[in-house]
Amino acid sequence: MARITLDNLKHSYSANPVSMDDYALKEIDLDWTDGGAYALLGPSGCGKSTLLNIISGLLNPTSGRVLFDGEDVTALPPDKRNIAQVFQFPVIYDTMTVYDNLAFPLRNRGVDRKQIDNRVHEIATMLELTDSLSTRASHLTPDNKQKISMGRGLVRNDVNVIMFDEPLTVIDPELKWKLRSKLKELHQSIASTMIYVTHDQTEALTFADQVVVMQEGEIVQIGTPIELFERPLHTFVGHFIGSPGMNILPVEMVDGSVRFLDHPVELEGPVKDSKGSLEIGIRPEYVRIGTKGIPGVIRKVADIGRRTVIEACVNDILVNAITEEVPPETGQEVHLEFEPSQTRLYTDSWIATEVGAQ
Amino acid sequence: MRTVNQRGWLFVLPVLLLVAFNALVPLMTVVNYSVQETFGNNQFFWVGLRWFEEILQSERFHAALGRQMLFTVTILIIEIPLGVAIALAMPRRGFWVPVCLVLMSLPLLIPWNVVGAMWNIFTLPDIGLLGYTLNNVLGIDYNMTQDPFAAWITVIVMDVWHWTSLVVLLSYAGLISIPEAYYQAAKIDGASNWSVFRHIQLPKMKRVLTIAVLLRFMDSFNIYTEPFVLTGGGPGNSTTLLSIDLVKVALGQFDLGPAAAMSLIYFAITLAVSWLFYTLMTRDDR
Repeated sequence: MARITLDNLKHSYSANPVSMDDYALKEIDLDWTDGGAYALLGPSGCGKSTLLNIISGLLNPTSGRVLFDGEDVTALPPDKRNIAQVFQFPVIYDTMTVYDNLAFPLRNRGVDRKQIDNRVHEIATMLELTDSLSTRASHLTPDNKQKISMGRGLVRNDVNVIMFDEPLTVIDPELKWKLRSKLKELHQSIASTMIYVTHDQTEALTFADQVVVMQEGEIVQIGTPIELFERPLHTFVGHFIGSPGMNILPVEMVDGSVRFLDHPVELEGPVKDSKGSLEIGIRPEYVRIGTKGIPGVIRKVADIGRRTVIEACVNDILVNAITEEVPPETGQEVHLEFEPSQTRLYTDSWIATEVGAQ
Repeated sequence: MRTVNQRGWLFVLPVLLLVAFNALVPLMTVVNYSVQETFGNNQFFWVGLRWFEEILQSERFHAALGRQMLFTVTILIIEIPLGVAIALAMPRRGFWVPVCLVLMSLPLLIPWNVVGAMWNIFTLPDIGLLGYTLNNVLGIDYNMTQDPFAAWITVIVMDVWHWTSLVVLLSYAGLISIPEAYYQAAKIDGASNWSVFRHIQLPKMKRVLTIAVLLRFMDSFNIYTEPFVLTGGGPGNSTTLLSIDLVKVALGQFDLGPAAAMSLIYFAITLAVSWLFYTLMTRDDR
């Protein structure tokens, strides 16, 4: 178990990177404390798997350092770093039994038989694989195979960090839940540092204490799930997290007050910086539909169970709202109200309001 | 109640006809010959299983079968590991991949009799590059038209040259289908190169290797053209493999009955051994 520090990390897949666009990772500085559960969240191609492979040692970064407990491991190969990694597709050794699969990393490290046996049984109990220990691993279902690949990581007690690279991609939806809660449970019982890479916000937000949101090789925001949801620092985070994501609406600054299509909008607090393109961000959850406020027309109403997602048009701009009340009908003319304490201003996509004492 | 539509059989008819004319009818003709004695003027006499008994007891057949087995076993022992080794050494991506693949395919594209002729000329002691070099540059006494051992070496080297590529290409196809994650996981698990080969590459190549072994067994067991062109079965009978002997009996001596019986025994052996290989190699899958 270890604290992980990423120091000024850059990586490019091309041999001679010229411009910043050649970099898959642009400049990453991170400090992860020992025993935490972290998630790397971002759309496909944002560099999160690259970052993971650099931490595990499968890739050498173009520049920068990786430190485990303050010790530079950048030059060490994966097997010397004492890390474990679970891949997108279950990686199992087909010809071996479940027992041999779990014992494999220990045998390669010359651990003695008795200890291997204890450890394998311990992990198998934890993962509920005891009954299938003597089965050929290739005969198992995908979720059990994925458990084996986790088990091969967990079986070593010297593991610094366990990394998950979208581990639930090939698992059936109902088993996803089971496996995800199993993961959470494992993290609590063995308390090792875990890093979970995913493009699925639900997975990231339920698994991690802290989520790192990435876009185009850069970290956009690091925060707890609540922080990311409530106060996205960048419009990308607001848009990417939430379903539907945050409403990002173009506004203008007129005489020190913000106007959305000529309707005045109240913000959460004082504005720090208003030079650049201005947008406000408001979560659909905080858009109220009522009789006063900004006039709009209902375009679409979608029932998602307990709640209803409403698409409204203000002139030509789409605003999403989520309500638990009886929804209006399509075509109806309504008024939209933005909850001021949840309305943020973004200048050039970055947050520009401070939490106000309103 | 399920309705049974007997007209469905009509759809099977074309393939049935095809198989009948290219396999069943010729095979039955051979079966027909194998139980009869032939004289001129198309006179046939029933002899029962006499030809089979004669062939099975004939020393000439035993010798040819022995040579055939020695040949097949030898080339399998060489070609399968060598093919796998070359496939492992080939690059998985980049500029050299197509170059390697084309080089590997070249021997397979050459007509079989041309392969025989090429090696025949190649090994001539007076003008052949290999024969001349061995005799006059390296000072090794090499003449495959006189020395049975040299003839054997030549036939085997020729077959290895001609057919190892097939094993390479099949193994390579198996290798490149292994996802990168397996190698990465093995690295993290601290697996040695041997472990990676034993527990990842070999199991993933198993299916294609089964096919490679089967194809190489059948082709080498039935081989005719290349050694016939290269050595003509000589010197003496030293490289007279089963098929060469069969042709001698059938077309040289025109003994249709014994040749037919020999063909059937030959066919039965090929079939039985192929079945055995297949069963053994796929046993673990079930």
